[in-house]
Amino acid sequence: MRLELSAERIKGKLRERVEDLSGQKLSACYQCGMCSAGCPVVDTMDIVPSEVIRLLQLGEFEAVLESKTIWICASCLQCASRCPRGVEFSSICDALRAIVLRKRLSSPRVDADEVSPVMVSDAPQLGVVGALRKLNG
Amino acid sequence: MKVPYYPGCTLHERAHDFDASARECAKALGIELEELPVWTCCGAVFPLTTDSVMDILAAVRNLAYAARLGDKVVTLCSFCYNVLKRANKVMRDDPEKREKANLFLLADTDARQGIESYLKEDYVGQVEVLHYIEMLRDLVGFDEIAKRVKKKLEGLNVAAYYGCMLLRPADEMEFDNPEQPTIFEEFLASLGCNVVDFPMKTECCGGFQIVNDEEIAIACSRTVMGNALKNGADVVVTTCPLCRYNLDEKQKEIGERVRDFERIPVIYFTQLLGLALGLGEEHLDFSGNYVDPRPVLVERSLL
Repeated sequence: MRLELSAERIKGKLRERVEDLSGQKLSACYQCGMCSAGCPVVDTMDIVPSEVIRLLQLGEFEAVLESKTIWICASCLQCASRCPRGVEFSSICDALRAIVLRKRLSSPRVDADEVSPVMVSDAPQLGVVGALRKLNG
Repeated sequence: MKVPYYPGCTLHERAHDFDASARECAKALGIELEELPVWTCCGAVFPLTTDSVMDILAAVRNLAYAARLGDKVVTLCSFCYNVLKRANKVMRDDPEKREKANLFLLADTDARQGIESYLKEDYVGQVEVLHYIEMLRDLVGFDEIAKRVKKKLEGLNVAAYYGCMLLRPADEMEFDNPEQPTIFEEFLASLGCNVVDFPMKTECCGGFQIVNDEEIAIACSRTVMGNALKNGADVVVTTCPLCRYNLDEKQKEIGERVRDFERIPVIYFTQLLGLALGLGEEHLDFSGNYVDPRPVLVERSLL
C-alpha cells in the first residue's frame, strides 16, 4: 500500500472527530501489537487493529472507513484490557462505525429487515438488539 | 430478604431456564428476587462513543426506577449487568450527562403503567448494580452455600466460562481480575464440583456478531469449546444467554467440520446450583439446549 504523508492529512478534522468520539488518543499507540495478538476475531479482519490505528495516525482515513475490520469488532474489549498504553481499540471502532453510519457513507452492515428469521425466532433478543445498535446505528 | 431484580428481555422471553432456576435457587437460599414492577430493555450494548446520552437512557430509566425500591438491583445476564453498571458509573461521574439524562427522565412518562415521571428525585447513581453471583458471595456466602448443598456435584468436571461483559473494562466493572478471574471457580468449588483449568474462559464468544456473520461466532466458539474439551470438561457453565447460544448452538457446525470434536453441554450456573441444592428438574429445565446436558448428569448420578 502506497502512503502519501502530509501534515495536513495527519492533523485533519477527521482525526479530531475520531479522537473526540472514541475518547482515545491515537498518538498514545506505540504499535506493540498486543491488541491484534489478543483479538479473538482478528482472523476475519482485512486490516488488523494495530494497523488500523497506525493508518489513522498517518491520516489514511478512507482505507480504514472502507475496511471490513470496523464491522467485525465484537466490542469484547480484550484489546483495551491488554493495551499497555490504555488505548481502547473497540471504542475507536465504535467511533469509526458512527462516522460511517451517521454520514451514511455506506449502507448499514445489518439491515433490520434482513435479519435471518432463525435469529429473530431463536437467538437471544439481546444479540439482535446489540447487532442493530452496533452495526445499524 | 427481598432483593430487587432486573431480569432483562432475554431472560423474560427466551432464557426461562436461567430465570426460573435463579429464582428458585435464591428462594432456597432465603432470598426473594423481587422483579422490578416496571422495567424496559437496558439497550443491550453500552455505547463506546463518548457523545451518546440517548444510548444510555433506557438503562438509566431502569436504574432510576430501581432507586424507588431499594439501594441495589440484581441482574443475571452479562450484557444487562455491563450496561447497567457502566451507565450507572456515567451517572455518578459525568455531571453533564447526568444532568441531561435527568432532564429526559423528568419528562418521561408511561401512561400504561400509570407513571407520571420516572424520577422522584434526581438519579445520581445511588443504586448499586450487583450480579447474582456477587449476591451469592456477599449476601449469602459461598461457605454458607457449601453447607446448604444437598447433593455434592462430585465427579462432575466443570469449566467456568466468564466471557467479556462481566469483566471488561475491569476498572469500571470491578468484578474480578480480567485475565485470571476466580469467582466462579470459588462458587463451583462450594458445590463440590471438580473445576477444570480453562485458559479460554475470558475469550469472546463472538457476541452480537452472530447476527452479522455466523462464521465469526463459529470461529470464536470453536476456540472456547475446543479448549474446554481439551481440559476435560463435562459441562461448561455460563451466565450470559448470548454466550450460551453461541457456544451451545454453534457446536452443530463445529461438530460437522472438525473431526474428533466432542460436543459439550453449556448450561447456566444457576442450573448447577439448583442441582446441588436438591431442586427438582422441573425448576431447572435442562431441555432448552442444543447439546443435551442430561446424559452426562445421569452418568454422574446427578439426575
